[in-house]
Amino acid sequence: MTGMEGLRDFWQRYRRNKGAIVGLAVLVLVLATALLGPTLFPGNPWDMAGAPFQKPFDPEFPLGTDTLGRDILMGIVHGARVSLLIGFVATFAAVSLGVILGSVAGYYGGLVDDLLMRFTEFFQTIPSFVFAIVLVAIFTPSIASIVAAIAIVSWPPVARLVRGEFLTLRTREFVQASVVLGRSSRHIIFVEILPNAVSPIIVAGSLMVATAILIESSLSFLGLGDPNMMSWGFMIGSARTVLRTAWWMSFFPGLAILLTVLALNLVGEGLNDALNPRLTREGR
Amino acid sequence: MQRLQFIAQRVVKGIVVLLGIIILNFLLIRMAPGDPASVMAGEAGAADEVFMSQLRKEFGLDRPLHEQLTIYIKNVVTLDLGFSYRQQRPVADLLLERVPATLLLTGTAFLLSLVVGVLLGILAASRVGQWSDSLVTVIALFFYATPIFWVGLMGILLFSVTLGWLPSFGMYTVGGKLTGAAFALDVLHHLILPAITLALFHMAVYARMTRASMLEMRDQDFVRTAHAKGLREGRIVRIHVLRNAILPVITMAGVKAGYLIGGSIVVETVFAWPGIGRLAFETVMQRDYNLLLGVFILTSFMVIAVNLITDVIYSFVDPRIELGQ
Repeated sequence: MTGMEGLRDFWQRYRRNKGAIVGLAVLVLVLATALLGPTLFPGNPWDMAGAPFQKPFDPEFPLGTDTLGRDILMGIVHGARVSLLIGFVATFAAVSLGVILGSVAGYYGGLVDDLLMRFTEFFQTIPSFVFAIVLVAIFTPSIASIVAAIAIVSWPPVARLVRGEFLTLRTREFVQASVVLGRSSRHIIFVEILPNAVSPIIVAGSLMVATAILIESSLSFLGLGDPNMMSWGFMIGSARTVLRTAWWMSFFPGLAILLTVLALNLVGEGLNDALNPRLTREGR
Repeated sequence: MQRLQFIAQRVVKGIVVLLGIIILNFLLIRMAPGDPASVMAGEAGAADEVFMSQLRKEFGLDRPLHEQLTIYIKNVVTLDLGFSYRQQRPVADLLLERVPATLLLTGTAFLLSLVVGVLLGILAASRVGQWSDSLVTVIALFFYATPIFWVGLMGILLFSVTLGWLPSFGMYTVGGKLTGAAFALDVLHHLILPAITLALFHMAVYARMTRASMLEMRDQDFVRTAHAKGLREGRIVRIHVLRNAILPVITMAGVKAGYLIGGSIVVETVFAWPGIGRLAFETVMQRDYNLLLGVFILTSFMVIAVNLITDVIYSFVDPRIELGQ
């Protein structure tokens, strides 16, 4: 089977899931907003654009303005970049960490496996959101500390998943053949085994981006966002005190989070169907 | 006897994890930018020299690291979690008085999410492909993707501001001077909105899991055997399918305990619920690190306790698990 055919096959299976198609469409829209938004809406989202407390559905400010007269639509457009950036980078870091620890544990087994799994269990027991708050608060809020904190609390499920895959793949003939051929452990882990475990990792990763975005929004809602970046969670957090008089200030950014996270979850499920690994969502 | 040994092993494991968290805490204070004493006292400048030197002496900050760690562990084990400079009170006191409110909120949300989630999952699984199944699936997808704090705010808008049915903040009516049953009812009235807010996300998780797990069980050989024996459908679902399908949900419920406590931080912030979560938010606002680390230790302890309880319950529900492990 050639690469093209494989891709077509994958797409055939993916598009059978209607939700996944809708999710993909929304995700593409959000990605486009994040990439093109600041070009289409130039300027600083922190600047006062008009009178404060402007109601939405106004030709000049479709989603209204906030307590300081900042344009809410502009805030949402600029916030998309922060949410997706943090979501993807944190997930990439968490998945990398999980893959390394999980593959080493699953490949070597024995004492190494025992120690690494105890370590993983330890991180799984810690209440993750509280831990993330502690990390961001102590190392002062910034994009880097938020990404690091989310990655540190998110890697354990990936490590367990990868370890499980490695435990079964390790006993296969093609791996034993490599061992007989005298290949290095590093070669066997990354070139022989890992490509065979990549499907469930992709699925877990796509779902993790959604969770990472939720954690980021909660952190910035609590005032632990990067103070230089406009984010959806921050917009809701700062509009909380005027909820009774100005519903739109918290409603629209929340809707943006909901749609993005929903889209990512739907895409994750579509990938799961298309790649058809044994992964269920109970691992989350 | 075997069960007692099993429980003892789990307790030891829990203690080891707790010790690990205390050490992690210790390292975090020292890894933070700046002098640990100023970190513990709150933002630099908030503490005067006398207090700082007092802190340095108390925690032995001028001594070697391993001695400092011994002192720190001894302090935590004797429930001396340090002093909150901002609040002018010992951290342990501040935390303990907040525990009941958080237990009430998270406990209610836990039961609510588990019972409603499992029921919805059963409903969906027994009507696969029908509209009620689709409805449950859509609701679960929706709440699985919604930030908890936003659900809370929208709940306030709808049920407090627009409809005026439920109170939107606090745990009881301020200056209500209620006692006995009237007070309990007042607390319950205040509890409804925050508890449901916190429960919805987890309800979605349990509904999805129960549905998937039941569908998986339905295709198992022993269920086919039950059908072949001519048992009634209701009995098969109750005795054969559900009892087995519920096991992974119980495991998940234990694992999710930590998420519930994490969620209570945002929910308590939104509803001004006077628990540990609200305290955590205040410590973040005031950069009161000593108190924040106290919250971290306490919530970790709570999660370990819940995991232990789940393990024990599990050993009763599923006699197949090997207690010897």
